[in-house]
Amino acid sequence: MVTFKDFRNNVKPNWCPGCGDFSVQAAIQRASANVGLTPENLAVVSGIGCSGRISGYINSYGFHSIHGRALPLAQGVKMANRDLTVIASGGDGDGFAIGLGHTIHAIRRNIDMTYIVMDNQIYGLTKGQTSPRSSAGFKTKSTPKGAIEPSINPMEMALTSGATFVAQGFSSDLKELTSLIEQGLNHKGFSLINVFSPCVTYNKVNTYDWFKENLVKLSDIEDYDHGNKESAMQMLMKHDGLVTGLIYHDSEQPSYQELIDGYDEKPLSHQNLNLDEDYFNHLVKEFM
Amino acid sequence: MKQQLSWKVGGQQGEGIESTGEIFSMAMNRLGYFLYGYRHFSSRIKGGHTNNKIRVSTKRVRAVEDRLDILVAFDQETIDVNYHEMGSGGIIIADAKFKPVNPDDCQAELIIVPFTEIASGLGTSLMKNMVAIGSTCAIMDLPVAVFTGVLQETFKRKGEVVVQKNMEAIEAGFRSASELLGEKRGSHKLAEADGIQRMYMIGNDAIALGAIAAGVRFMAAYPITPASEIMEYLIKKLPALGGAVIQTEDEIAAATMAIGSNYAGVRALTASAGPGLSLMMESIGLSGMTEQPLVIIDTQRGGPSTGLPTKQEQSDLMQMIYGSHGDIPKIVLAPSTAEEAFYDTIDAFNLAETYQCPVIVLSDLQLSLGKQSVDPLNYAKVQIGRGKLVSDEGELDELEPKQYFKRYELTEDGVSKRVLPGMKNGIHHVTGVEHDETGKPSESSLNRQMQMDKRMRKLEHVELHKAVDIDNAKHGEADILLIGFNSTRGALEEAQQRLEADGLKVNHAHIRLMHPFPADKLLPLMESAKKVVVAEHNATGQLASLIKMNVGMAAKIHSLKKYDGTPFLPSEVELLTKELI
Ligand SMILES: Cc1ncc(C[n+]2csc(CCOP(=O)(O)OP(=O)(O)O)c2C)c(N)n1
Ligand code: SF4
Ligand SMILES: [Mg+2]
Repeated sequence: MVTFKDFRNNVKPNWCPGCGDFSVQAAIQRASANVGLTPENLAVVSGIGCSGRISGYINSYGFHSIHGRALPLAQGVKMANRDLTVIASGGDGDGFAIGLGHTIHAIRRNIDMTYIVMDNQIYGLTKGQTSPRSSAGFKTKSTPKGAIEPSINPMEMALTSGATFVAQGFSSDLKELTSLIEQGLNHKGFSLINVFSPCVTYNKVNTYDWFKENLVKLSDIEDYDHGNKESAMQMLMKHDGLVTGLIYHDSEQPSYQELIDGYDEKPLSHQNLNLDEDYFNHLVKEFM
Repeated sequence: MKQQLSWKVGGQQGEGIESTGEIFSMAMNRLGYFLYGYRHFSSRIKGGHTNNKIRVSTKRVRAVEDRLDILVAFDQETIDVNYHEMGSGGIIIADAKFKPVNPDDCQAELIIVPFTEIASGLGTSLMKNMVAIGSTCAIMDLPVAVFTGVLQETFKRKGEVVVQKNMEAIEAGFRSASELLGEKRGSHKLAEADGIQRMYMIGNDAIALGAIAAGVRFMAAYPITPASEIMEYLIKKLPALGGAVIQTEDEIAAATMAIGSNYAGVRALTASAGPGLSLMMESIGLSGMTEQPLVIIDTQRGGPSTGLPTKQEQSDLMQMIYGSHGDIPKIVLAPSTAEEAFYDTIDAFNLAETYQCPVIVLSDLQLSLGKQSVDPLNYAKVQIGRGKLVSDEGELDELEPKQYFKRYELTEDGVSKRVLPGMKNGIHHVTGVEHDETGKPSESSLNRQMQMDKRMRKLEHVELHKAVDIDNAKHGEADILLIGFNSTRGALEEAQQRLEADGLKVNHAHIRLMHPFPADKLLPLMESAKKVVVAEHNATGQLASLIKMNVGMAAKIHSLKKYDGTPFLPSEVELLTKELI
């Protein structure tokens, strides 16, 4: 039996001690084992940032790509081999600044894959500049007098972009996070999981304690219906996005793969490349 | 009887000018004539002058002709902007509806035919284009029956009545023009063609068909002139092969998606033009650094910025070769005809997999959109080579626990075995960060040097069947060596013939492998030429610079540059070459 240990490699992460990303790494490893994946059938594609290093810390196929582009690259992998399980991952700058366009379109497209954002509301790797997730007033090296732009609300944005699976986790709650990733992996379509993953070095405001004080767990709310988009939106607005758990899930909507005209059940990567001669001649004739 | 003629139809965009040219040329193609088309169009949908110039010949032609013999005009602007191409003997047939006026200094004869009136009389003014085609038949002494088959196919879905009506319009145009033409009737009769069936296609069709023949199953792209036809063709054809096309949110997504798809084992491509290629630069670097195959088609158009989006230019050359920060191995191919575009696209996929690097197929607007006759493509010549891709997992040694496969193993030729996600003993890491043999990030100076050398070493021996086409370089010693790339081939060939007719010894070399630059192939030709004339469509002489850099001999290199948006005419190359030397 495959266990989470099989998803560990011998690379020591270069994250700062206490960085929230360690928990995300562990949660991915556990969830992968729990849903029955094998390392060779998992591809983790990441962007650039402290968080982007994660693809190198999991024993699976890993692709550390370019800043903001993990999503399109991961979608290409999935299109090529629909039998693989594909996880895209990266930071809040990666997914909500430079790669925001891809995020919205990946949500709309609904290719069967899971996107995990390590949201620390700061740029870690470049040593502490503001991020589109930083709250107004937040002081960083690039906003010495405090951020004057309001922050992006990724969960609300996902809902309005047609997301079929929207969840939010917190690095301190490994159990909930693992469960959310499992559900995301099992979801047939695009699953977005935003994780509050504190940067202990550059974000002295949104700390573990701060989150513990401010986060509301949806599982503690009686009758919360994650099948209802309207109440999901209201819940997010009411708590300023500071909720964890499964926010919205539409299990009916078919994934992109199921809707593409002619798309082979067999992975494209397993196809014979040689074109049938008669078919080739037929194509040639069309130009005569 | 004539061996060739040039025919042009012009009017306002959205008036069916394109389809008039299409129907005329399809019929000519079926008769076995060699065709070469040129489209003049603007970056707007309705309105604005557009024209379609088609050269029809009993022999192979690969350039727009200098002169124009027959001009079909649907508005006065068509006459005003095109009559200067016509000499005496030329005929303008124009719709009586716009009360055409022949400019004072026009040498061609104006024949006014009531296109619209005749068409309306037959049911709808929309058929004025067919009346014009019938009038053309009268000038060329062509039996109108040659259009029957083409009309049947074109209007198949609209029913037999529509086919019949259009045929009547052609006949009526023929009768009316025959009377009006008087002794000019049949003045442009062409000698009979060989009757051999050929393909008639734009370069983009050939590229798309090449992609299919190469085994492409996925394309990611963002629409742009003059590349969109490639995507549109594959959207039609890939579903039948189980594959798919995604129209992405931008070209960065297109390029990275194609990389992801190639990484996972599928031959995938993207296609764009200058603005899109500029956006793809970082992805091209990623492909080079991570040794993932990637094929990109760049259909050059007028730059910089949005530039002249619907006009001919060849100004992306330097960016395609040197673009993307840092040093990467990269291959750039430049086909000159639709036929070469087909085979080069297939080669591009083989090269990308063999050398595990980005390969750019450079086209230009005239090649991508100009329709031309192509000898039926040869299935037997389609070969697929996937290099060191491990196709059978069983070949792989069992990995030690927690160890990664050496995806970037240092090898003599620089190419390492490539495995695909899903293979149990192939697990490894991929990163754009400098990495060791297993793909793990490494900043060690020694490793850096070894990995950089390994990557760059891959391209030491790139072989292309015809890196430089020297079929037209027969002289041991030449007065002039003409050099070009992409679609200028035909203009250079014809200029060469004319200069030779004037007693000069002229060689012509057309470069097909732009990078790594085939200096060794060009060197002897340049050494044995008194003067070297490099013809290209850009303002800075990019190819000339490239030749100077790679081969030298700067003193004898003359740059012949055209960047007004129109393709070189043979006469321009001829005259400018004479002026230069
Ligand atoms: C095109 C490009 N621009 C800028 C950078 C520099 N850069 C690297 S990571 C990063 C932001 C990191 O922030 P985030 O995505 O939130 O990741 P974190 O480090 O916080 O996990 C930036 C700006 C880059 N690598 N590429
Ligand atoms: S800088 Fe912040 S985000 Fe980066 S590793 Fe350290 S704690 Fe984590
Ligand atoms: Mg961050």
